[in-house]
Amino acid sequence: MNSEMIIQIIKEVQKAYEANASEIEKLDQAIGDGDHVFNMKRGILAILEIDKELVSLNPGQALNKIGMTLLSSIGGAAGPLFASMFMGMAKVADSKELDNYGTLAEMVSSGVQLVKQRGKADVGDKTMLDVLIPVSELFSELAERNDLSKNDMLRQLKAEAERGMLSTKDIVATRGRASYLGERAKGHIDPGARSCQLFVFTICDYLMDQEENK
Amino acid sequence: MKKIINDVDNVLTESLNGFALAHNDILKVSLNPNFIMRAEKSKTGKVSLISGGGSGHEPLHSGFVGFGMLDAACPGQVFTSPTPDQMIAASEAVDNGGGILFIVKNYSGDLMNFEMASEMLGIENMTVLVNDDVAVEDSTYTTGRRGVAGTLIIEKVVGSAAEAGASLAECKALGDHTNKMIASMGIAFTSCTVPAAGKPTFEIGHDEMEIGVGIHGEPGRRREKVKRAEEIASELVDSILEDLKPEKNTDVLLHINGFGGTPLMELYLLFDSAANELQKKNVKISRSLVGNYTTSLEMAGASITVCKLDDKIIQHWDSPVHTAALRWGM
Repeated sequence: MNSEMIIQIIKEVQKAYEANASEIEKLDQAIGDGDHVFNMKRGILAILEIDKELVSLNPGQALNKIGMTLLSSIGGAAGPLFASMFMGMAKVADSKELDNYGTLAEMVSSGVQLVKQRGKADVGDKTMLDVLIPVSELFSELAERNDLSKNDMLRQLKAEAERGMLSTKDIVATRGRASYLGERAKGHIDPGARSCQLFVFTICDYLMDQEENK
Repeated sequence: MKKIINDVDNVLTESLNGFALAHNDILKVSLNPNFIMRAEKSKTGKVSLISGGGSGHEPLHSGFVGFGMLDAACPGQVFTSPTPDQMIAASEAVDNGGGILFIVKNYSGDLMNFEMASEMLGIENMTVLVNDDVAVEDSTYTTGRRGVAGTLIIEKVVGSAAEAGASLAECKALGDHTNKMIASMGIAFTSCTVPAAGKPTFEIGHDEMEIGVGIHGEPGRRREKVKRAEEIASELVDSILEDLKPEKNTDVLLHINGFGGTPLMELYLLFDSAANELQKKNVKISRSLVGNYTTSLEMAGASITVCKLDDKIIQHWDSPVHTAALRWGM
């Protein structure tokens, strides 16, 4: 993992948001206020505007800078939460070599912990954490076992992200703006969880392509 | 979408520019990061009050920057909370050595962004959280009640106390106390269109209304057929009084707030209906405010806010204020 790869992944995420914008916007209009996609696109654009500077940094510094950039460009709840994810990952990336799955899993877990702290939410609250926590836990477990091929591992992580996202459909929200709706939020997938599923899918697909290209 | 716009991406900046030009005797606007501050710095040692939130609620908060209320306001994108760099820049610009008091409406986004600003800021600061909307259940299992039209009352009362020399801790305590004295609830007849979205946030039938609506065009408690003003006032006042539990002959401030798309004529009619309800319940209206103060873009509808008054709140409500949206006594 290096800063160039991080930027490439962010570019892929930008494309994924463009491709799925209207679907996520609909989810957000159903149980939120419909601005999640604009805010995320603005944040991603802000990162790509400084891509040259980011590439010159080491991964830890780059992840932290991405966090700070998202913090000052997204706004809303998504700003501090996505920023915390990157800032939490930066803590591990700063102190360790990112050359094995164990460290990468530790890095993801550190990001998720910070999101959890900032959002004061957990699995079952109908938020992005319904995707992030199970995916991070599965990644740690698979990295520890270390008995799958890279592509098999990535496929399992994608399946877990999908499962986590779909699980938000039948939950009554207890955190965030959807919580004002009570029972009415039931039957709708949480847009934040959908966003995180999009991130996980994009990252996994990117890493799989790399493998197949070799 | 029919709106007065040049370019969707520049709505906020161009609106802030116009606001600065129109009120340059009272305030000035700083861009990137965006904040509005008083034209003249307040006196040394005074606690500085800073609020902020998504744009689209004007005149909240920018219209309340000036003598007797806020020192600065941080506007986010439309219906999106401001970011910590705005609060930090505003704090550094208006600090008088008395510390910073943040006044924050209780929404996850606002809360988290102000929280991060508070942690990153190198100046002593405290936060008053406003959660006057009784349409939302307040429980440990939810994000809790929203901050709505009652916010300006807290900004006025605490702003006056700060002007009179109250310390940071005293301002925080007065803000928390005033928040407990306020309850609000609103209804909407239409949705509203965020410029960047280009279409209404929610669909609502021409004969329907949303009860317990928020100030971002987000759905409320439930949807019903449009009712008579008396019935609307009765339901809203009942919910409010159930929360405030005022004793007999309690003095209150009654604030009827328009969401942006309802004419003043109807807001005064709602004041009349609400006043009748309050009279039936032996609650005494001794202060009033009617108008579009906490709006939701062009949404049609209104909210009722009741604030129980004590000597301190009355004194600080009546004191002189000079802002773009509230001005009396000077």
